[in-house]
Formats: sequence, structure tokens, C-alpha cells
Amino acid sequence: MSNVPADLKYAQSHEWLREHADGTVEIGISDHAQQALGDLVFVEVPAVGRSLAQGEAFAVVESVKAASDVYAPVAGTVVAVNEALAKTPELINQEPYGSGWIMRLKPSAAPAAAGLLNAEAYAALADAG
Amino acid sequence: MGLRTPLYDLHVALGARIVDFGGWDMPVNYGSQIEEHHAVRRAAGVFDVSHMCVVDLRGERVREFLRVLLANDVARLTRPGKALYSCMLREDAGILDDLIVYFIDPSWFRLVVNAGTRDKDLAWIRAHAAAFGVEVRERSELAMLAVQGPEARAQLASLLGSPDAAAALALDVFCGAQLGEWFVARTGYTGEDGFEVTLPATGAAALWTRLNELGVRSCGLGARDTLRLEAGMNLYGSDMDESTHPLETGLGWTVAFEPADRRFIGRDALEAARNAGVAQRAVGLLLDERAVMRSHQRVATSAGDGTITSGTFSPTLARSIALARVPAAAAAVGGIVQVEVRGKLLEARVVRPPFVRHGRALV
Repeated sequence: MSNVPADLKYAQSHEWLREHADGTVEIGISDHAQQALGDLVFVEVPAVGRSLAQGEAFAVVESVKAASDVYAPVAGTVVAVNEALAKTPELINQEPYGSGWIMRLKPSAAPAAAGLLNAEAYAALADAG
Repeated sequence: MGLRTPLYDLHVALGARIVDFGGWDMPVNYGSQIEEHHAVRRAAGVFDVSHMCVVDLRGERVREFLRVLLANDVARLTRPGKALYSCMLREDAGILDDLIVYFIDPSWFRLVVNAGTRDKDLAWIRAHAAAFGVEVRERSELAMLAVQGPEARAQLASLLGSPDAAAALALDVFCGAQLGEWFVARTGYTGEDGFEVTLPATGAAALWTRLNELGVRSCGLGARDTLRLEAGMNLYGSDMDESTHPLETGLGWTVAFEPADRRFIGRDALEAARNAGVAQRAVGLLLDERAVMRSHQRVATSAGDGTITSGTFSPTLARSIALARVPAAAAAVGGIVQVEVRGKLLEARVVRPPFVRHGRALV
């Protein structure tokens, strides 16, 4: 069983999104996703300042098993990335919703409009496969 | 639901992530594959390999039969308990399987073959055994645990009584002995020292738990794959199969061409291939970039294209390693090739496997 925090929003492609009071959003991959990938060995993060369309691949997470693209759950501009992942990609395995965050984005529209899933809907999706 | 080993319930209770492996529900890891890998390189780990197929062959002419069936020569097995690694070939020298054969006594040999090839192996062995009057018996009532790592032998021996413990520790590499209910052999698939223990299925969970209590870490198939790849060992179905022969898959050393009058199955085709010149060779590859080589990726060389047959991230070397089949002209150690990884051509260096043995980097 994977952990699905109630206060986050989720994309069908297994990213999570946390809304901050300053209007930015923090983005990472879900516990379900990190479990499916297995031990992460390399993470490629985007450049700060890059502008992303919704659904655009912005990072690559590579595990012992496979490489996967990570997609922007909302459109926006990258304002920060988690530099620690270059040396310690396992943070995503250890704390996918905490120190394993991947980037912060300044959204170009309100995230609520982006058609993301709530925790309950995402948990059902993750359990189904 | 797939096939399950006698340890399935224990794996689930230990928190294993279960995956399908050739029709078997097997543990891929119990949390972190990389930590399991390091445990085997640095201390000891235990693997469930009960899905592998144990086949006992009995009969007066069993040695004569195996000298025909196998590309390696069981005449090399002169002491009871001694084991040999061999390919079993088709007439056209395609590899049906790779296996270990144990010489138990003059009328009894034991084979351990791959789980995924069980059905075709048994059919092939039975078809050829009849002419030699050899009885073929699968031992599905047995379980098999691989205990591997620098501390593995001492840990397992501590669970044996005094004469058996000494006998186990006295075993030479690639030798086994029946010690009470356990057949203990100094073999493995990790590049570390250790034992493989074949025992009645009913005792498997208790042995696993006692090993865990001694600090031997539960390890899944994920770590087994990264360990064997670091050790430069082929995986059947990835690095070789029926469409390839031993000379192009790095297994020439397992083929006994001498004595010249031993007519093993596949010999004529293999000699023809050797005389014609082997067009492809198996090599090791080492990548500097922060990416991971994977099976089926294209390897571009000055002599034409090759293919990655197994690739992974090496936890010991902290970089990607691979086994590849490349044109013979590009197989020289030290050469540079290009591997197509996710749309990009990345430089890799040709090396001679193994990459790691006994905890030490060799490349």
C-alpha cells in the first residue's frame, strides 16, 4: 500500500502537487511511482527559468529498473529545483513528498483548473495498477 | 496467480515486492535493491532460487549420456560432489539452456536448469535419455536457497552440527556434499563466495528465518541481477538463447572441443561456426555518463551495429555497465563504442568482464 497525503493534488501520470501560500507549487512523484520504479540512481532536473506547458516532460528519473519521464501537472515557469537529487537521488525513495521534491513552479493559471485528482481519486487509481 | 515457491508466504510477510518472473511470483526486493546488493558484496544475503529446476539423472550410462547432451565435458568431473557449468545445445548449436551439473556418484548426476526453460529442457533431456536407459526425475519437492557474500559460508555453517559444519567449510569452489537433509554446494551467481543449499521444501522457511536472525539479509531477484551482471555472468534469455551459440555469447570457455572424438550435440555446427570465423563477440561495456544502458539498445561501432544484451546501474561502481554483442572487429578491450540511450549516442568503453569480483572493482 502506498502513501497518498490528503493535502496534495495528483496527476494521472503519478506526479503530486503542493500549493504554497506564495502562489507557487511544489512538484514531485508519488510514493506509488517511486515504489514501482525501485531504487533511483539518476535524476535530471529542469533549468530554473524554463517555461513548461501542462503535460510537458520536465525531468527524467532513472532507477535500477527503468528510466521514466516526469510531466508537468500544470503549466508555468520553473522557479527552483531540488539540487540535492544530483548526489542523493534516493531522497525520492525515502521521502517522495518531502526532501524528494523535484521542482517549484510559478503556475501560469490557477492549479485548481488543471483537472488534477484529489487524494481519494488518486489512491483509487494507484491501487488499480 | 503465478507459480509460488515454498517461501512465498514468508516473502510477503517480509514486505517483498512480488513480480512475475517466467510464470513465478517472485520477490524482486524487500525495500531497497541497492542495499540488498551491497549486503551481498560486504556481508551476506540470502536468495530464494527454488523456482530453478533440479533434475536427477540416474543410470549405469549416465556419464556417457551427459557427454553427448552437454557442450562441456563431464569427464572433467572425477570427484563425487564436483560441479561443472555447461551449455546444452541444439544440433545447430543454438543454446537451449545453461546449467550446472553435479557428479554425485557414478550412476547419479544432478542438473540445475533455469525455471523459464523447464518444460523444453525436460522434454529435450527425456528425448535423448531414453537411448541410454537414463532415468530423468524432477525434484520439485526440493527448495533452493543461495546464501552469498563474504560472510555467507561461516553463517550457514554455524547452523550445521559439528562434523557437517567442518565438511561444509572444507568444500572447494564448485563442489557440493549431502550433509544430512541439505545438499550444500559452494556455487552461486553473484561473484561472491557462498553456498547454494538444496533442501526439502518443508524446511526452507525455517532456514531462511534462522539466517535472517544471524543478520543475513533477505535479497530479491533485483539484486541477484545487478550482482550477476557485475560478475560478468550471462542470463539465459537475455545474453544468450536458441538463436545464439556459445562462441558469440562469451561462453566459448565452457565448450570442451577436446577430446576431438566426443560427439556432443551441436558440435558439428559449432565447429563450422568456428571455422567460418565468429562474426560477433560478447563484451563488457562501461559508461561514463549519468545514464543507464538497458537491454536491446543499439551499440554503434566502426565495424557496424551491435546490441546491449543486459544493462544496468552497477551499485558497486556507481555507473552503468552492460554486456553487449558487437561485431568481432569492434570487440577489442579498450575500444570506444557509442550506445544509443534514450535517443542520444553516448560513449562507452569496451572492457573484459567481470566488472566486480569478491567485493573489488576489476575495471
